[in-house]
Amino acid sequence: MSDRPIIEIRGLRKVYRVGKVEVPALRGVDLDVPPGEFLAIVGPSGSGKSTLFHIVGGLTPPSSGTVRVQDQDVAAMTDAGRTNLRKTCVSFVFQKFNLLPNLSARDNIAIARHIAGLNHDPDPKFEEVLALLGIANRLDHKPAALSGGEQQRVAIARAIVTHPAILLADEPTGNLDSENSRVVLGVLRDLNERLGQTILMITHNPEAAAFAHRTVHMRDGRIVD
Amino acid sequence: MTVKLVLENLKHRPVRSALSVFLIAIPVTLILTLVGLSEGLLADSARRARGVGADIWVRPPGSSVLTLSGAPLPEKMVEVLARNPHVAAAAGMINHPISSTTFVAGIDMDSFNRMSGGFKYLEGGPFRKPDDVILDQPYARQNKVHAGDKINLLNHEWTVAGVVEPGKLSHIFLPMPVVQSLSGNTGKISQIFLKLDDPANTGAVIRELKETMPDYQIYSVAEFTSLLTVNNVQGGMLRNFINVMVSIGVVIGFAVVLLSMYMAVLQRTREIGILKSLGASRWFILRTILIEAIVMGFCGTILGILFSFGARWLIMTLYPASLSEAIVPAWWPIAGGVTLAGVTLGAMYPGLSAARQDPIEALAYE
Ligand SMILES: Nc1ncnc2c1ncn2[C@@H]1O[C@H](COP(=O)(O)OP(=O)(O)OP(=O)(O)O)[C@@H](O)[C@H]1O
Ligand SMILES: [Mg+2]
Repeated sequence: MSDRPIIEIRGLRKVYRVGKVEVPALRGVDLDVPPGEFLAIVGPSGSGKSTLFHIVGGLTPPSSGTVRVQDQDVAAMTDAGRTNLRKTCVSFVFQKFNLLPNLSARDNIAIARHIAGLNHDPDPKFEEVLALLGIANRLDHKPAALSGGEQQRVAIARAIVTHPAILLADEPTGNLDSENSRVVLGVLRDLNERLGQTILMITHNPEAAAFAHRTVHMRDGRIVD
Repeated sequence: MTVKLVLENLKHRPVRSALSVFLIAIPVTLILTLVGLSEGLLADSARRARGVGADIWVRPPGSSVLTLSGAPLPEKMVEVLARNPHVAAAAGMINHPISSTTFVAGIDMDSFNRMSGGFKYLEGGPFRKPDDVILDQPYARQNKVHAGDKINLLNHEWTVAGVVEPGKLSHIFLPMPVVQSLSGNTGKISQIFLKLDDPANTGAVIRELKETMPDYQIYSVAEFTSLLTVNNVQGGMLRNFINVMVSIGVVIGFAVVLLSMYMAVLQRTREIGILKSLGASRWFILRTILIEAIVMGFCGTILGILFSFGARWLIMTLYPASLSEAIVPAWWPIAGGVTLAGVTLGAMYPGLSAARQDPIEALAYE
């Protein structure tokens, strides 16, 4: 693992305003993630785990603090800058899979490449990845015709097809039975070990966290250990 | 890939897509039918004007190409004009309108036949009794009458003496004196047709006539038919009416797409959030919405064009004489352009609101 962290967070705060009420979601987070790490984040509901991902992944700006992702200053980014971060640098895998329901699995994957502007380059390694994910023969089905485990593996394929520097998986096994959870977690570990994919994964499940190299705990908007 | 996404989205809600396309098609059909009717009626008038066989039309002062009301000319004028050495034949006619598109022609059978080469009778023959009427075939067919049947026109019952091939001046013919007494214009006529010894003399004769009769409307048949355009009908009223229809077309296309896409954007909030999480820009989101609207607008235009053929068939079957509709392909791109402008504007608001969605809120949308 290289010396310089791929994610560098200092004093990160996020306050949501709901009407006149201010909801502090993050109250000063410090975190370094070296490239190639598989990091698990655990913590009680409402502790700010998803909010942290949303900021690192450029879905929402921080209120204060510094966040550097691949040497880019996320706090200083405009809306267009964050769009570009999502497009080129960071990919999400969600608890609810979030596939586009009207497109086949293949097209769900293709549209991610299209949005990233990569659809013209051939991607020989990708077939290998599909085999690794075990969904090669399910690609022509629409999400509704796939099991939860299959949908989540398609979502993982969609996330990594653009070769993001960082994969953010927010409770990727939260909607899966233990059998499918193990498959998905195995896939994430393989991606990390074989391709060196940096992965941050939120989970409530200690068994799932055990797949990662390191686990950090969050509580009340802070990292507690 | 964007197009594929758009098509899949359209396919996913087939009823909504089809209904939108259908609603967009309606104003396209209306515009094309209105234009087709205008052009068809004018072309039909021109055809019948040429069918008279005259080289020159002499009309009273103050008349226009498309409106000829009353009978201010003395019948004697026919003889006077016939004296011109270049005039081979002269015929008068009295005009009695029965609707905005149809009029009764009161003719002197002998002089009209000399001018036009004579009627071709498909049924029956010329006038024999004072209340005999001659109809052309489309008019007879529209009113479902044959030679020997009765027909009510101008509050009077006539006997159909003959049914003739169409294309000469009018759909309905009565003897001139009958129309004159009917309209209280004894000895008066509405216009005079002149046939020359040689059509090459048309220009010279018109110049000569204009000198002696400066206030009269004197046309060569070529000039007369060339003036039968949409812009000349009712002092531009028809043109204005077509413009109004075109504006209504834009507004309907706009409103249909606004509602349809607005609904679609609400239903797809979560999908918009997904696209944004994948790095789709505002422009990408806006573009997919615009393309979807344009695809619907394009299909609506095509469907509207197809419907206009159906409308034409219906009109020509129901009203072969009083309405004549042309298919005017030159207006297809106009109707299409108008529709696409409407739908693009209509998709703008839903498109922009989709593009501006907050990705986190959109992803949390159930
Ligand atoms: N868009 C928002 N507007 C207002 N408050 C929010 C918003 N998103 C999150 N919060 C609040 O911020 C806090 C942290 O929420 P967050 O979703 O990050 O927690 P979490 O650790 O992911 O919880 P869970 O395990 O339930 O997913 C919570 O108190 C939550 O109510
Ligand atoms: Mg969460």
